[in-house]
Amino acid sequence: MPYTADKPQPKETSEQLRARIPGWGVDLDPKDRPSVPRERRDRPTGAHWEFPERQEEKVPRERSIEHKFLTPVFGTSTPPAGVSGTLRRFAYRYSEGRAAHWLILLAADRVNAWEAHLGSFVSLHPDNPITETGVLSEFSGHGVRSRFGKKRADLAHQWIDPALVAGPWILAGAAVVAIARNLRRHKA
Amino acid sequence: MEEKDIPKVEHPNDAIARVSLAATCGSDLHLYHGMMPDTRVGMTFGHEFVGTVHEVGSSGQNLKPGDRVMVPFNIFCGSCYFCARGLYSNCHNVNANATAVGGIYGYSHTCGGYDGGQSEYVRVPFADVGPSLIPEWMDEEDAVLLTDAVATGYFGAQLGDISEGDTVVVFGAGPVGLFAAKSSWLMGAGRVVIDAVGAEADGNLTQHVTSSQLKLQGGSPVALNWAIDSVRKGGTVSVMGAYGPMFSAVKFGDAVNKGLTLRMNQCPVKRQWPRLFEHVRNGYLKPSDIVTHRIPLEHIAEGYHMFSAKLDGIIKPLIVPSAS
Repeated sequence: MPYTADKPQPKETSEQLRARIPGWGVDLDPKDRPSVPRERRDRPTGAHWEFPERQEEKVPRERSIEHKFLTPVFGTSTPPAGVSGTLRRFAYRYSEGRAAHWLILLAADRVNAWEAHLGSFVSLHPDNPITETGVLSEFSGHGVRSRFGKKRADLAHQWIDPALVAGPWILAGAAVVAIARNLRRHKA
Repeated sequence: MEEKDIPKVEHPNDAIARVSLAATCGSDLHLYHGMMPDTRVGMTFGHEFVGTVHEVGSSGQNLKPGDRVMVPFNIFCGSCYFCARGLYSNCHNVNANATAVGGIYGYSHTCGGYDGGQSEYVRVPFADVGPSLIPEWMDEEDAVLLTDAVATGYFGAQLGDISEGDTVVVFGAGPVGLFAAKSSWLMGAGRVVIDAVGAEADGNLTQHVTSSQLKLQGGSPVALNWAIDSVRKGGTVSVMGAYGPMFSAVKFGDAVNKGLTLRMNQCPVKRQWPRLFEHVRNGYLKPSDIVTHRIPLEHIAEGYHMFSAKLDGIIKPLIVPSAS
């Protein structure tokens, strides 16, 4: 197609599309769409306060230093605890604008995962990688049939996932065995 | 699956809802894969749910126990600068952990640290602002999809600023992508192309290992870069989905040189509802058409693995209450 000023002709006209697709063009007018204009003040929200009552802060709540004060309402799920909690509280000393804030939080997430794994081993409900990862759905969900003979872009790298997921567990297990052997040797 | 106490009213305008139907969203996989900072072990996921009001706080005016409600994934106060202007997803009064994003149910502490609805009960803050009664004529499965997937797809099409006869390309053929494509027709697109590659799709092994697995990048920018590459000069890229605060290796220079408009936000769900209710009632959108699986809450681990590994042709799984 030469580079000319006109738009290419569409395969189907608006009339053909309207006839073929139920509802085609019902929101054709760009001005008559729910999020247009982006900001509008003519809609009641249901709020019957100018500023919300403050939720009680029963335990100290970490907050972004970009906030002037603790928000009037906040989530109370899983307060920071343990080593990961210390890391998280430390991360909140940094502004959201700093990479350190997010990188420490990501590191804390990894620490939190291992805290939970290790904690489970000294509880009555140790983590069970067979039942709790959901891997059994490979059988009920047709794991083989879902992958082979399909044009799935993600299959190119799925082969490495078991090694990446199980790798740290195998390495940690090997480290435990090695340490135990060393200790035994020292005792002998 | 873990047992937790039934949540309590913690603010006078809270409600507690008993969940009757929830869904797993593709963006829950970002949490599942550890992509979203400050995702804590023990938090309940789930930002798409409908249910019945179980308890209402002392300042609640609009809801009473027994009401059937649909709850947008945004938690918002209705009274701050942003809510007053309809930017409900950008509420400034609900997320203590971050100012860049508002509050989202069950979506890490980066989004406020609220437990979500993949559970039996859930705390619903600002009950007079967020939830709506489910219309009598509306199917509960349609309602749960309107709490995020349909609204987000429709909102994404709006940000594309579609004019009659435009060609629209949607990257990502999950629920949001499918509804973005359908919504593009409603807005008068002349041609809609849909490509089954979303933000979780890693274009190659290096991307996959460094982002999804080793967390050395804030996610795979492949689909976003394809959008920047494929749109015409002077065109618009509309971005929906869940992104960690930091992102990497985006072709920003190309976006500048092509003179693109990049538009994005978390969807202010409730702002879309009146129009979407009309579209559902008129049969232009049938949200529950895309539901492929109904997974009991007690099998949620298997459900997540299936969804993550894309087993059994899964597109949209709903979480139904446990048989017990």
